[in-house]
Amino acid sequence: MAESEERLRRTMMFVPGNNPAMVKDAGIYGADSIMFDLEDAVSLPEKDAARVLVYEALQSQDYGEAELVVRVNGQDTPFYDNDVKAMVKAGIDVIRLPKAESAAMVEKLDQDVAAAEKEFGREAGSIHIMAAIESAKGVLQAPAIAAASDRMIGVALSAEDYTTDMKTHRYPDGQELLFARNMVLHAARAAGIAAFDTVFTNMDDTEGFYRETAYIHQLGFDGKSLVNPRQIAMVNKVYEPTEAEISNAKNVINAIQEAKLKGSGVISMNGQMVDRPVVLRAQRVMKLAKASNLVDEEGNYIEK
Amino acid sequence: MKNNVDRELPTDLLQQMNYQPFATTEIGHPEVQRVAPKVRVTTGDDKVVDSIKKVVAATLKDGMTISFHHHFRNGDFVFNEVMRVIIDAGFKNLTLAPSSLTGVMNDIVIEAIKAGTITNITSSGMRGSLGDFVSHGGLENPVIFRSHGNRARAIEHGDIKIDVAFLGVPSADKLGNANGMEGDAVFGSLGYALMDAQYADKVVLLTDNIVDYPNTPASIKQTQVDYVIKVDKVGDPDKIGSGATRFTKDPKELKIAETVNNVITHSPYFKDGFSFQTGSGGAALAVTRYLRQSMIDNQIKASFALGGITKPTTDLLNEGLVQKVMDVQDFDKGAADSMHTNRNQQEIDASWYADPDNKGAMVDQLDVVILSALEIDTKFNVNVMTGSDGVIRGAIGGHQDAATGKLTIISAPLVRGRIATVVPDVTTVVTPGDSVDVLVTEYGIAINPKRQDLRQALSHIPGVPVYDIADLQKMAEKRVGTPKPLEFTDRTVALIEYRDGTIIDTVKQVKD
Repeated sequence: MAESEERLRRTMMFVPGNNPAMVKDAGIYGADSIMFDLEDAVSLPEKDAARVLVYEALQSQDYGEAELVVRVNGQDTPFYDNDVKAMVKAGIDVIRLPKAESAAMVEKLDQDVAAAEKEFGREAGSIHIMAAIESAKGVLQAPAIAAASDRMIGVALSAEDYTTDMKTHRYPDGQELLFARNMVLHAARAAGIAAFDTVFTNMDDTEGFYRETAYIHQLGFDGKSLVNPRQIAMVNKVYEPTEAEISNAKNVINAIQEAKLKGSGVISMNGQMVDRPVVLRAQRVMKLAKASNLVDEEGNYIEK
Repeated sequence: MKNNVDRELPTDLLQQMNYQPFATTEIGHPEVQRVAPKVRVTTGDDKVVDSIKKVVAATLKDGMTISFHHHFRNGDFVFNEVMRVIIDAGFKNLTLAPSSLTGVMNDIVIEAIKAGTITNITSSGMRGSLGDFVSHGGLENPVIFRSHGNRARAIEHGDIKIDVAFLGVPSADKLGNANGMEGDAVFGSLGYALMDAQYADKVVLLTDNIVDYPNTPASIKQTQVDYVIKVDKVGDPDKIGSGATRFTKDPKELKIAETVNNVITHSPYFKDGFSFQTGSGGAALAVTRYLRQSMIDNQIKASFALGGITKPTTDLLNEGLVQKVMDVQDFDKGAADSMHTNRNQQEIDASWYADPDNKGAMVDQLDVVILSALEIDTKFNVNVMTGSDGVIRGAIGGHQDAATGKLTIISAPLVRGRIATVVPDVTTVVTPGDSVDVLVTEYGIAINPKRQDLRQALSHIPGVPVYDIADLQKMAEKRVGTPKPLEFTDRTVALIEYRDGTIIDTVKQVKD
């Protein structure tokens, strides 16, 4: 398990919490985040077994650098309390709350996590949370939800429930999600946290998947929720920086180092001052380039 | 006595059976004497017979060695029909020497052992109830397992002296010119059966399809055949194609296949004119698919593909990405049909394919080979014979033979369910670590320390971490725990020959 505020979150892979083989193998595909699902993927009679399985896996399996997330059952279910307690005890990175519709729901989760941290001797504030927005009410409350807790690292749009709530369904062009996507994304950015786009379930429609991923990348989403490990490479492909972007970013990074060496507070490149957004973008490009195996240890572009 | 892969062998048994312990993968340049079959001279007009019973009565005696091929796999009708007649006729003490045994043969072999009809077996492998039966001590004499190349060697040497070969074919003429390509139950290459046809004293063909004389192309020739028996059906076409030849959608298998392809394309062997063998099974087929794309992207063509052939490989042939397919058996109907229509798909016999005692076998020319494993240990020794319960459930096939290729890649998951694949010591050594170069798992790869030359080429593949194999073993153990050691009795139920005929390991009876 790894912790970092600025980490890449291109891919959040769903793993059914009741499937031992998939839980065991979840670490091999290179997902930025792995989301163990105790909610929709798990039928009622299996709720307890899934919770125990994920708990044990978190103790015994090595998931490398991936951020580990668990989707607990909703606050209106009898499973929620035990889910939260068990996952805090296991030291999960992030607890994902489904069907978030208000800041109060996030505040409740925050308090429950805090209580559990205390009960199980976890460092206060060490467990992060995120919220999935799945209804019209949730979308309209997104800014409040995103800002409801210091533990919040992200908000995710869940389109299946949302489109049902909106009395529509999903279309190839995604127009039905236009407002929701932008609300969720703005809420996330305003709160300084990550935004995750919804899943794309038709594994046979590769073209459609690329189209949708390129679109949400353009909007500015951090990444996408995924139902199949085969989608990870495709998302990463879309998020790959170009050679020109990498070269430019490297120049910016070099300029920063140069400024540091000179002890100068002002970073300049080609005689022009480099301001903060440019620096941040350059750092993100280099991070993406490294994660995409496009540059070597020193940041040089690897010719293919 | 211990052999060179550190296996304790039963000295008495080896002496009694005149065996040497395994020493090296190097074959060297010995001069060997081959044997020749006995021939009953005839003009050939009296070969067609309508009854298995008559032929068995005319050819078989107690104590003889009989053989079959396994090209029909689980669609085989011939084996059961012939064995039924032999058991019912009351024959005793026969040695069964088929090219391999498939599941559909298990019940009647067990019956024949219980009846005293069969007292010795040599095969490439066995699975299911028969493997279980033998591992529990059901057969008094140890089974001898030989690779496909080694069986060819043993037949040529006379170690296996086949008295009567019963060979099912989808088409033959009245004198015995036969092939595997025409008829209802086609399986393509007759590769393994060609050894029996050439070296058995009596060759009996069984077919449901007697065609006009002369039948061409003739894989088995009239000069070799004593009898042609007409039967109702030689096999079930639907069950000949092995179920394994499908494209996998399993993301773990795909990940392993993609990594295997990465290892191939980053190796020094991936250049125009290279050769490869991939085998069957979901991951192997997926490798072929990735390899195809890499060949197109890099404008590289292969000179030949070898071994057991599947449709994805013959597709490469038809696309011009592979120049020749050297075909010892076909795993699906697509590959079998392609043999009929594409003259660049050459049928080869088991000797040409893989026999070490040869004036050059195809495997000696092989660049890249992908093989599977039930277990692989920290010395890179591979087990494809016994399961995690110590019970026989596999086959050597061409494993030992193809592993002599220049780049031998073992493709296997780190763990299967709760069973580790990468272990401190394999239960049974089948292929020695000396002939294995790279292990590919879903977590990363390990390179045999004896191949330092590969380390440089394979150490910087994006997204493919290189581990020490001992670390992979520890990773596996951390995931699934440490199993209780298997318990065996002292009794040897099977001998595993290396391809040169020395003993590389034994299988003991499991303790219940």
